Amino acid sequence: MTEPIKAVALISGGLDSMLAAKVVMNQGVHVEGINFFTGFCVEGHTHAIRSRKGGAPKRNNALWVAEQLGIKLHIIDVIEEYKKVLLKPKHGYGQHLNPCLDCKIFMVKKALAWGFMAEHGFDFIITGEVIGQRPKSQRKATMPVIAKESGADDRLLRPLCAQNLPPTLPEREGWVDRDALFGFQGRNRKPQIELAQRLGFTEWAQPAGGCCFLTDAQYSRKLTDLWQAQGRKDYELDDIMLLKVGRHIRPAPHFKLIVSREEGENRYLEGYRRRFLNLRPISHAGPLCLVDGDPQPADVELAARVVARYSQGREAAAVTVAAEDPNGGCRELSVPPLAPAEIPSAWHV
Amino acid sequence: MSDPVETLDARGLLCPMPVIKAQDRIAGLRPGMVLDVLATDPGTLADVPAWCRVHGHEVLETAQADHEIRIRIKVH
Repeated sequence: MTEPIKAVALISGGLDSMLAAKVVMNQGVHVEGINFFTGFCVEGHTHAIRSRKGGAPKRNNALWVAEQLGIKLHIIDVIEEYKKVLLKPKHGYGQHLNPCLDCKIFMVKKALAWGFMAEHGFDFIITGEVIGQRPKSQRKATMPVIAKESGADDRLLRPLCAQNLPPTLPEREGWVDRDALFGFQGRNRKPQIELAQRLGFTEWAQPAGGCCFLTDAQYSRKLTDLWQAQGRKDYELDDIMLLKVGRHIRPAPHFKLIVSREEGENRYLEGYRRRFLNLRPISHAGPLCLVDGDPQPADVELAARVVARYSQGREAAAVTVAAEDPNGGCRELSVPPLAPAEIPSAWHV
Repeated sequence: MSDPVETLDARGLLCPMPVIKAQDRIAGLRPGMVLDVLATDPGTLADVPAWCRVHGHEVLETAQADHEIRIRIKVH
């Protein structure tokens, strides 16, 4: 008996990769999904950030897509390796700090290395790319760049726009029927939505702003600020996780305040509390604040006044704030809350 | 004799890291073995069972006390 043809599909959790995988599955190919965790994914960690009152479903969309398709999903930690992609992208950044073209090359290369391991034995790779869909990475000129620089070459099939590209190995070998693939192009989502309906999908994830924090202007500003403050372009996982939550307020170059905005963020920051000098109001309800950097005694008082400003005691004459060192030492400060005008907009990262 | 129970401590990790750690641990376990995943991220309650469903493993039990979660998985 001959072995079935096997394809590994990059599954982001969005509609296009779901459709691409389904189109190939419908041609009798065995498909499994692969998903890479870079640390910048909007998926996943948002679970912990979200307030319980938020009402948004707590699910990982890549896993949800795998369930809809009935395929296995392999989630791969690429946090360390991804630093090279983000810190020195060969093809540069997009509008913000998004190295989309280098990222796609990296992910296809990783999928290739994983899928073509002897114990996995996959024959080709599927992505949900559509020519013209994204200004940086999904253009006609970048499609061959991704195929070549990833090393996948003609083993990389884009089912949604294959008819606009030269035939790949799976098409030439007859593993898939090129005529049953598609020639989508451009930013118009209508063809994908029609295809989804034809394939019987009634629900799909549509993350506002995409699936990566690096495409977000505010997040990119915070990351740039981090690199400036530490004097080098580098990061650890905890650094980039903390950029995802709270108000980031930098009154001076040597310290920054991370102030939670709601219950979910409070819980999230709680996990980091013992690693930082942290403040919280005790005379009134209010946010948890982590102090990152090297604050001096006068800075702690200023930090307490900022915390008081975002507490329920913002109109009070004084708010009592507890300041706890990472080593457990704790003291209380009674401070007048800063007035909104006393927090310059330039402090907000 | 009951199946041996392994434990994975994923407390303090945020999703999807507990899923990735469970996936990597289960790759080294034999069918029939049982893995307890300990976690603190509430997302684990959705994600680990979803991962188990797509890979054909069985969630025997989920328990949550205070902020700690335990998910017991039977490897298939």
